[in-house]
Amino acid sequence: MADQSLISARGLVKRFGDFTAVDGIDLEVAPGEAFGFLGPNGAGKSSTMRMIGCVSTPTAGELRILGMDPVRDGTRIRARLGVCPQLDNLDPDLSVRENLTTYARYFGVTRAEARRRADELLEFVQLSDRANGKVEPLSGGMKRRLTIARAMVNEPDLVLLDEPTTGLDPQARHLVWERLFRLKQRGTTLVLTTHYMDEAEQLCDRLVVMDGGKIVAEGSPRALIENYSTAEVVELRFSDGLDSNAQYAAKLDGIGDRVDPLPDRVLLYADDGDAAVAEVHRRGLTPASVLVRRSTLEDVFLHLTGRTLVD
Amino acid sequence: MTTETITVTGAGDPRPLRLRPVVAVVERYLTLYRRLWQASVFSSFILPILFLISIGIGVGGYVGSIEGVDYLSWIVPGVLVSTAFQICVGESTYPVLGDFKWVRAYHAMRAAPVQPKDIVHGHLLYMIFRVQLSIVAFLLVVVFFGGLHSPWALATLPICALLTAAVVTPVTAFAATIESDSYFALLFRFVVIPATLFSGVFFPVEQLPVAIRPVAYASPVWHAVELSRAATLGRAPSWPIVVHIGYLLLWAVIGLLAARRAFARRLED
Repeated sequence: MADQSLISARGLVKRFGDFTAVDGIDLEVAPGEAFGFLGPNGAGKSSTMRMIGCVSTPTAGELRILGMDPVRDGTRIRARLGVCPQLDNLDPDLSVRENLTTYARYFGVTRAEARRRADELLEFVQLSDRANGKVEPLSGGMKRRLTIARAMVNEPDLVLLDEPTTGLDPQARHLVWERLFRLKQRGTTLVLTTHYMDEAEQLCDRLVVMDGGKIVAEGSPRALIENYSTAEVVELRFSDGLDSNAQYAAKLDGIGDRVDPLPDRVLLYADDGDAAVAEVHRRGLTPASVLVRRSTLEDVFLHLTGRTLVD
Repeated sequence: MTTETITVTGAGDPRPLRLRPVVAVVERYLTLYRRLWQASVFSSFILPILFLISIGIGVGGYVGSIEGVDYLSWIVPGVLVSTAFQICVGESTYPVLGDFKWVRAYHAMRAAPVQPKDIVHGHLLYMIFRVQLSIVAFLLVVVFFGGLHSPWALATLPICALLTAAVVTPVTAFAATIESDSYFALLFRFVVIPATLFSGVFFPVEQLPVAIRPVAYASPVWHAVELSRAATLGRAPSWPIVVHIGYLLLWAVIGLLAARRAFARRLED
C-alpha cells in the first residue's frame, strides 16, 4: 500500500528561520482519494501544499510524491501535477482559451493537442462561451473555474487545490464543488486545503486537521465527528440577562458530554439532543431559543483547534 | 489510476539545455506581444524617428558635421542603440515585477515543469526578438534618410542583440529582487537617464570633462553605440572591437547569473 501512495510523508518539517510552519507530519494519500487539509490560517496547510507541489524544499523528514523525491525529481513530478493556487495567477492580457493553450505548452503538449484540450476543458468548466473573451471581466467564480481547468491541462495524476473556493459567493462555490466532485468521480486524486467545514464534508473522503504545524486529527469526516464530537449539538440562547453564559454553563453541567459557553450562546454536546433539552427544562432553565442540530466538522474543528479568535 | 501511472521512468533529466520549457516561455511572451504590440509601436518606432527628425535634422542644421559626417548620420547609431536600451529597460522592469507580484505568471510557470532559469532564458530570447524587430524597422526607415553609410550597418543587429543581453539580464535581476516598484524611479534617475545622456548618443564622449568620461566607459550603452557607429559609418571604433564586445559579454554573463539566482530565490523556498 505504502509504495502505491501518491503522496507519502514521514516527519515532514518546514522551517522559515525560527518559525516552524510544518512540525513533523506524517501522511499517505492513495490514488483516487480526495484528501483534505483542514485548519485555521497559519496552521501550515499552504506550506505543506507548497512542499507537495515541489516549489518548497522540506527542512527535514521524508517526502515522496508519485514515488519520486521532490528535491531531485521536482521537475518530473510537477509535469504530472495540476495546481490550483490560492491566489489566481491567470494571464489577464491573454484570452480565456490562450490561458489554457499557453499553459499546456509548459508541459510540452503539442499546439494542436493543447487547443483540443482547451476546448474540452472549457466545456467542462462551463466557460466555452467565454473562450475568446478576456480574463479580466470574468467573475471570481469563473476565474477560479478557469484556474481549475488550467490545472487539468496536462491530464495530471494528482490535483492540488489551495483553498479552491475562498472568496467566492455561494452559487459560485457550489458550481466549483460540483465540478470538483465530477473530477473525483472520474478517479482524479484531489488534495485540497480549506478552512470551510462544509467544503471538507462535501469533497473529502479523508482529511487531516492541522493546527500549529501539526496534525491533530485524521479520518473521514464521519469518523472525525464520531471521535471528536457527539451525534448532536444543542444551541441554547439565554436573553434574560440574569446570568452570564459561563454561569449558565455551570448550571448545565452534567448534561450531555460537554458544555461550551460562547459569548452569544451555550453549546451542549449530547448524543440525544432532545433528551438534553428535556433535562435543561427540568432544571428550571428557560432559554429564549433552543436549536437541536447534528454535529458537523465545524464542531470537531473548533474543539480541536480552539477558539483563539473568540478568546 | 494504476501502479503503472506512478512508475518512475529513467532517472533525472539528462538534457543540459532545456529547450522545450524555454520555447514555451517565449511563446507566452509572443502571444502577449501579438495582443499588445500596437502599444509599443510609438515608443519603440515612432518616437526614435521623431528624435531623428527633430535633433538630427533640426539641431543638425546648426551643428553641421561632426567627425567628418553630417550630424544626422552621426546620431543614427546613437538613437538606434538608445532605442534598444529603452525597450530593454522598459520590458525588464514593470513587466517582470508584475509577473512576480500582480499577475504571478512566474509562479504559475513554476508550478508547471518550468524552472526559474527557463523563465530567465525565455524572457531574454523574447527580448532579443523584440529589439531585433524594432531595429530592423528603424534601419529600413533610416536608409531612406540616407543615414547608413556602409553595408556593415547590418552588424548593428548582432550588436544590439548583445546589448540586449547586457542590459536585460541585470535589470531583470534587479526587478526580481525588489518588492516595490518605487525602486524603479531610482533606476531611471540614476542609471537610465545618465546612460542615455552620457553614452555618446548625441555628442562624442570626448566632449565630456575627463572626470565624467569613465561614466560613459562603464556604460554598456556607450560600447554598443561605439560599435554601431563604426558599423553604420563603415569605420573602426575608438577602442579595439574585442574590448567593446568583451565588456558587453561581461555584463551579459554576470547579469544572467544574477537573474537566474534572483528568480530561483524568489520562486523557491
